[in-house]
Amino acid sequence: MGSLVKQRVLRTIILLVLGVYFVLPLIAMAEFSTRGREGSRSLESWTSIVDDEGLMEALVNSLLLSVTSAVLMLVLLVPTMAWIRLRLPQLQRLVEFLCLLPLAIPAIVLVVGMAPLYAWVNYFLGDSPLTLTFAYTILVLPFAYRAVDAGLSAIDLKTLAEAARSLGASWFTVLWKVVVPNIRVALIGASLLSVALVLGEFTIASLLNFDTLQVQVNLLGKRNAGVSIAVSLLCLIFAFVLLFALSYVGQRRRQTVVEE
Amino acid sequence: MTSVAPVAAAKPGGPTPSKGGAAGRPSAVAWLVVVPFLAFVGTFLVYPTVLVLFGAFQDSNGAFTLENLTTLFTGVVFDAFVRSIELSALTAVIGAIFGALLTWAIAVGNPDGMLRRVVVAGSGVLAQFGGVPLAFAFLATVGFEGLVTKFLRDNVGIDLFAGSAWLFDLPGLTLVYTFFQIPLMVIVFLPALDGLRPQWREANASLGGTSWTYWRHVGGPILTPPFLGALLLLFANAFSAYATAAALVSQGSPIVPLQIRGFLTGEVVLGQENLGKALGLGMVIVVSIAMGVNVLLQKRVAKWVR
Repeated sequence: MGSLVKQRVLRTIILLVLGVYFVLPLIAMAEFSTRGREGSRSLESWTSIVDDEGLMEALVNSLLLSVTSAVLMLVLLVPTMAWIRLRLPQLQRLVEFLCLLPLAIPAIVLVVGMAPLYAWVNYFLGDSPLTLTFAYTILVLPFAYRAVDAGLSAIDLKTLAEAARSLGASWFTVLWKVVVPNIRVALIGASLLSVALVLGEFTIASLLNFDTLQVQVNLLGKRNAGVSIAVSLLCLIFAFVLLFALSYVGQRRRQTVVEE
Repeated sequence: MTSVAPVAAAKPGGPTPSKGGAAGRPSAVAWLVVVPFLAFVGTFLVYPTVLVLFGAFQDSNGAFTLENLTTLFTGVVFDAFVRSIELSALTAVIGAIFGALLTWAIAVGNPDGMLRRVVVAGSGVLAQFGGVPLAFAFLATVGFEGLVTKFLRDNVGIDLFAGSAWLFDLPGLTLVYTFFQIPLMVIVFLPALDGLRPQWREANASLGGTSWTYWRHVGGPILTPPFLGALLLLFANAFSAYATAAALVSQGSPIVPLQIRGFLTGEVVLGQENLGKALGLGMVIVVSIAMGVNVLLQKRVAKWVR
């Protein structure tokens, strides 16, 4: 089995080289953000994260936005997609096209068209950063659509809905008590993805002049690189934890499907 | 799931034929349910898109013109497009090759193992949410005062910045982009590698084939279409990327997304207000070509795989 040994050696080399390539910047971030005066170590960059009011405010904005965007995405997408499967199959192609369209239009292009639109939004709704909810819901559509679509495909929606209807349930009850609980894993997945996406978003927020986490991190970098690097490392770790958790959510679903 | 089926069979006699079922002709009320979604997407996705696409053909007074588009093929704007395409193509090729190797390395391991989980989750982070943090990761590593820069300067005697401030120009962008291109390749390519059945390898071995014949006649041909598809996706991804470049390059606009930033933040020459939209149209066209070729490719493959 000489080829198996060769395979193992090759695999180890690839993992080692690329492992170092990707871990080195993380180590460098940890090192850079703990630099003190004249070669000493200090946690000043990390402690001043909490003291920076602008940064904290921006963090709160981003956290709120991640919740509002996930909620708006679910409210718009889930009833529409379930309804289209049940009653309006002729709209399936159109809705799929619209949901995947943001993949073909780079955010930097979308923001060019959104700038005049947001002049109106801010005129009517005020210039709160929370108005970014609208733009972010669009950005998360492709990812959310795929997750919800996979969830709906995995259940026998028509039969479930007809069973509930024949027992006298209203359409709202069907949605809330039958559809949602049956695809909850997909909904959790879609929500976690959109939370991660919103927390990392920079393009639209910065060009529409809203104060979000990434915008502040970028601004701060011009004054105090240490703090920016500390926050950046935190962002990457947080996103990693979210996605790592997501990998277990996906697995639970695979197992339940097999059981059924 | 199957135990529910009898209810569906009994439907014709059920109490709901007038409102439920009957997918043929939905009532007007049925259409109302999708109005909020369509209105929202129409306002915040279709309208801005149309604004960009039509604006590209208008002068500052709103009259029809092709001037914006012809400007795309001249001077700094054209150079930016060429550089953007070069950067995207180069990082797509690098990302695809090293990403494929990394994918292979985790695909042959335990499918539920910790290594695979960590690599996939980490890849997701860098591929989709890297953005600004990635730029700072680079400043910490190979910036003027970065860990590697200092190490090489103090211990090896090499000055990374002897030639130029390369990190803030195309070479730097190429290096940084590989940090989200390689991970994206892992995410896109892993399903294809997982689809290779171990039986094929065994069949090859039992017929006296070597590793080389397996990859030459079985693995290679099967993986070529998904590999090319991933390559195109990586190209589109790098071409659309903005955040990392914007955080890294604060002066000058070597690539198209940064040119658009210039138009949005006010460095506009009078009478060229809609040139930014023409740049946007140009980007959409390039991305659509890459995606379109990908769709055609996968369609052809779907035909002969069946």
